[in-house]
Amino acid sequence: MTTVLSLPVLGPLVAAALMIFLRGLAVQRFVSFFALGVSLVASTVTFVNIWDDGVIRVVRMSGWPGSFAITLVADRLSAAMVLVATVVVTIVLAYATGQRAPDERSSFYHPVYMVMAAGISQAFLAGDLFNLFVAFEILLMASYVLLTLEGTNEQIRAGTTYVVLNVLESMILLMAVGLVFAATGTVSMAELPARLAELPDGVRMGLHLLLLVAFGIKAAVFPLFFWLPDSYPTAPSSVSAVFAGLLTKVGVYCLIRTQTLLFPGELSDLVIVIGAATMLVGVLGAISHRDMKRILSFHIVSQIGYMIFGLGIGGVAAIAATIFYLIHHIPVKTSLFLVEGIVARDSGSSSSEEVSGLARRSPILAALFLVPALSLAGLPPFSGFLAKFAIVRAGVSDAQWIGIAVALVVSLLTLVSMVKIWVGVFWGDVSPVEKASIPGVLRHQKTMGVSTGAIVLFSLAIAFAAGPLYEFATKAAEQLLDVAGYVAAVRSS
Amino acid sequence: MSPALLILIGVLFSVGTYLLMERSLTRVALGVGVLGNAVNLLIVAAGSRPDEAPIIGRSGDLTDPLPQALVLTAIVIGFALLSFVLALAWRNWSISENDEVEDDLEDRAIARRAEWHSKHGDAPHHEDVDQ
Repeated sequence: MTTVLSLPVLGPLVAAALMIFLRGLAVQRFVSFFALGVSLVASTVTFVNIWDDGVIRVVRMSGWPGSFAITLVADRLSAAMVLVATVVVTIVLAYATGQRAPDERSSFYHPVYMVMAAGISQAFLAGDLFNLFVAFEILLMASYVLLTLEGTNEQIRAGTTYVVLNVLESMILLMAVGLVFAATGTVSMAELPARLAELPDGVRMGLHLLLLVAFGIKAAVFPLFFWLPDSYPTAPSSVSAVFAGLLTKVGVYCLIRTQTLLFPGELSDLVIVIGAATMLVGVLGAISHRDMKRILSFHIVSQIGYMIFGLGIGGVAAIAATIFYLIHHIPVKTSLFLVEGIVARDSGSSSSEEVSGLARRSPILAALFLVPALSLAGLPPFSGFLAKFAIVRAGVSDAQWIGIAVALVVSLLTLVSMVKIWVGVFWGDVSPVEKASIPGVLRHQKTMGVSTGAIVLFSLAIAFAAGPLYEFATKAAEQLLDVAGYVAAVRSS
Repeated sequence: MSPALLILIGVLFSVGTYLLMERSLTRVALGVGVLGNAVNLLIVAAGSRPDEAPIIGRSGDLTDPLPQALVLTAIVIGFALLSFVLALAWRNWSISENDEVEDDLEDRAIARRAEWHSKHGDAPHHEDVDQ
């Protein structure tokens, strides 16, 4: 078990180290896919095992005893997140190799991408707060490099905002970890629930707020979201797809841990209000923009709001809905950004004012956009409908009427802005310039098309397997709320 | 915790925050460095009592080695962050001959569109806002 659980972290890291010396593009591609293949197998094994028996897996690196070791802990939620993340990371890398773009050809791209993959897995598996901080730093550092890889003016400008904001977030997180240690004498997530409960109310609330702010910046919740729609659109499409799909979700995952394990059920009213505000502000931002990538970036913010809202409601049903939402949203958002990448690559722009009539030129591409777009807006029978329905149902049973009203309005506005992209970019006449060019869009971008198709199929699979998946999410939520079980499992291992 | 250390941490935090809010990237980089040191000092000061160095074989009142280990890791990470911000500042300078953080053009366009809208009561043509 030891090796299997640590492979999604160690595999990509070792690959990244190797690739410092192996500079050839073909070799780097091989090493990257090999490492991701290994972590894919490892995370699938972990997931299948945990699906069966639900026992929390604990690994202490290098066999150090008790609280001295770096601990990796996989419960149902972690295992699922690592699996989904690895699948998405692998598919996006395949897409990037098909891009024939300068960024993927740089000899830094593959090692840095692997470091990011390792950081994401480690964040999901981290068993103590400091290790979590280190995982954040690993994935952030890699994301800084990927975001500014081309070094163009626009990338540097947006990259600066992103880097400074995230550096600030790291400082706040580190400060929170340090103060938690000062107050309790431990950073282990298994020891913390008991020790935090003994603290005076004021101290506990201060620590809780510090952690909420740190993870809130990462998850891009209101009012700490403004860096996201500014910086994501400037990255290369393959990079912003991973950022959009995974990085903010790492923040949401940490918020889930904070609200269920460290401070169960505290400040939940605040979290609900933040969730509702995030939904609303995000979607209003999306409506005011015309560029596809900007619209999609604002939708990340608004979708995060749903998860935070569900998290705030609390209880098994709402947490299960949040987990299901989290899992469904990763492939949906990633695929939308991948489609945008294909559009931008083909037409040189993805603004609805410059591109039109793509549906006529490539019906398949239009379908690849439409499925995740409708899923994002929450139309049946797609996975987004089930996720939103679950959140709203949890809200009804908790009588959160205002929040539900916001959720429904936001869902409608999401549909409006998806229709805006559809009408602007996919419908209408083919512009004369593009008419002169080649007829098919996907014909010349086969790898990109196939990998986008793969991830859309993945999101459809989530809709088809919604029954068992929802059952799994419910069990994962029960496990999250069973703090004593988590503590006992980590201590006894 | 000694009061002098406490005051130093406070000063570092305020200096770091001030620098971080500057527009010039070099100052932001300095802010990152100062803020990082403030946090590191905070962890050491709050996390452990000043006692004997914790070396294997010694006994008596040993200080807790864990915060020091944490801070050591944090220093390394902070160093990497600082060098990246410096590289970013250098790149920014070599592109635009200044090291100020610029505004987002798309945001400015939208702000101007809103102004236009309130003045003329009608949606402007795209060219009006984008120049």
